Amino acid sequence: MKAPDKYYDFEKDISGCGIFGVINKKRGLIPGDMPIQAMACMHDRGNGLGGGFAAYGIYPEHADHYCFHMMYDEEAAIPKSEELLRKYFDLHHFEPIPTRKTLAIPNPPKFNRYFVTVPERPNNEFAELAEEDYVVAVVMKINTSIHGAFVVSSGKNMGAFKGVGFPEEIAELFRLDEYSAYIWTGHNRFPTNTPGWWGGAHPFTILNWSIVHNGEISSYGINRRYLCEHDYLCTMMTDTEVVAYELDLLIRKHGLSWEMAAKCFAPPFWDEIERMDEDDKELYTTLRATYGPGMLNGPFAILVADNNRLMGLNDRIKLRPLLVAEKDDMVFMSSEESAVRDVCPELDRVWMPKAGEPVIVDLED
Amino acid sequence: MTAKTKKKTLTAGRTYYKQFNEEIRALAKEGVNHFVLKECNGQRYIGCAMEGDIRLDVHGVPGQDMAAFMRGPYIRVHNNAQDGVGNTMDGGRVVIEGIAGDVIGYAMRGGEIFIQGDVGYRVGIHMKAYLDHQPKIVVGGKAGDFLGEYMAGGIILLLGMFSDKPDSPVAGRSLGTGMHGGVIYVRGEVPEVQIGPGLHAQPVDSEDLKVIEELVKDYAKELKLDSKEIMSENFVKIRPFSHRPYANLYVPC
Repeated sequence: MKAPDKYYDFEKDISGCGIFGVINKKRGLIPGDMPIQAMACMHDRGNGLGGGFAAYGIYPEHADHYCFHMMYDEEAAIPKSEELLRKYFDLHHFEPIPTRKTLAIPNPPKFNRYFVTVPERPNNEFAELAEEDYVVAVVMKINTSIHGAFVVSSGKNMGAFKGVGFPEEIAELFRLDEYSAYIWTGHNRFPTNTPGWWGGAHPFTILNWSIVHNGEISSYGINRRYLCEHDYLCTMMTDTEVVAYELDLLIRKHGLSWEMAAKCFAPPFWDEIERMDEDDKELYTTLRATYGPGMLNGPFAILVADNNRLMGLNDRIKLRPLLVAEKDDMVFMSSEESAVRDVCPELDRVWMPKAGEPVIVDLED
Repeated sequence: MTAKTKKKTLTAGRTYYKQFNEEIRALAKEGVNHFVLKECNGQRYIGCAMEGDIRLDVHGVPGQDMAAFMRGPYIRVHNNAQDGVGNTMDGGRVVIEGIAGDVIGYAMRGGEIFIQGDVGYRVGIHMKAYLDHQPKIVVGGKAGDFLGEYMAGGIILLLGMFSDKPDSPVAGRSLGTGMHGGVIYVRGEVPEVQIGPGLHAQPVDSEDLKVIEELVKDYAKELKLDSKEIMSENFVKIRPFSHRPYANLYVPC
């Protein structure tokens, strides 16, 4: 094939994804306008094929209920999903997720949210499972057995909002300017290896975990098989999905600290382990041996959140940008400083974390 | 600046980068040679491929690839800069009063980039020189991994002085990996384990000191720093271990 005439005049999109996160350590509520504007500032990091947000602290009146954000590709999936949710859960309240019409997104799927609890004595095949495992099992069941239905998020007092469009358009669709949260993460997608579809947008979630990711996870295949052995089934056709399930497996189920989970994702090099003292050498050798199939290979900058924490992490050779900034009770994590300055011009400290070293910010209470 | 300075102040705000850069270019064509760019907010490609005797004062945070392909102009960033400053830059000078991101001076082939604070990863990667075209990067703070990776020419001077990372080594791991030309000077010591395979830090000689002194003089003047204090410490140099160290990599002779 020959290059066309004037090939050098082609408009070319040069980009990667964009991520932004903010936490108020004192649970002060941050209006949606802030993450929306920050993501809009990094508009060009995406190409309109994916945008999304996760927000924590948005359902205080239902804080004890798991909130299932459901996406429906087709009408028939709605009654089937509701039947399944009623079968496995006590359903306390449900409603459509409020949306507004936007020109940019003419034909979105349908979105409902369901506030549920696990029955005291469930009478089904998951009855033996611990409560959170039970919820995970139902999420997997919906995602794998009901055509056209997808669980977008399933945590308490949190929710994910995502789809195909630029993040500011997705925010417009879901009226995110009307929400306030003490932790927000946002994502602007530039899909490279996998389809730009509604379920493939970030954040990816399970229970209270959410993750947004700039980069690609080349180890997706082995990570996915590893998770499959532990009953996590990947259905979203995007590499990042494995991180959400690995967080749940490593931290919630295996009891690893966040720091250790980060060291499984981005382990120290063998030559670094060689130089450690005996205790650390044993620890990191064991971690690498035990969680080899969980290691994330490939470039990444990720933001991970649950109801109490925000964590930023780079791959160990830092193939994607990540910046951390502080202002009073707020900590920002972003692909670009300009996005932070756009929403908070005066900052106390700005720095770029070391590759493979997690930056973890806790709520103070 | 000469007597014929023609100054123009522009406010970037949330102006889209294409429009903003087109405006700058059009004004430069009309003879404006001193731009004050206010409230920059991530606009990419500022000063990209601009030529000639032009000065740009950048306020706010400029976006990716500032001064890419630039040949001639002087850019002073009064705040921090992001990734990719001076990508394939050919000439001119960039002064950054704060910190800068990753891949600064990527494949740079001429001119100078002076950064007061810390820089990210892969700074000076693929830098190269030709005859009297000698690109130079001076970093006042500390650097991330892969500083000067695949470096083929030019000078990187790393001071490690103006950093907010007191516990970090002056440079990250794999310093100068794949280097086959040019020189990296480091103020003080650099831990042996941080240096890429086959490279060693050696003491500088009087020729090196002359080069460093010259560079530090310029750098200190631009950033209002004390050059004597900078020169008060020893320097080491990292050079490729032989002429064409990778000549036999693919086709052994």
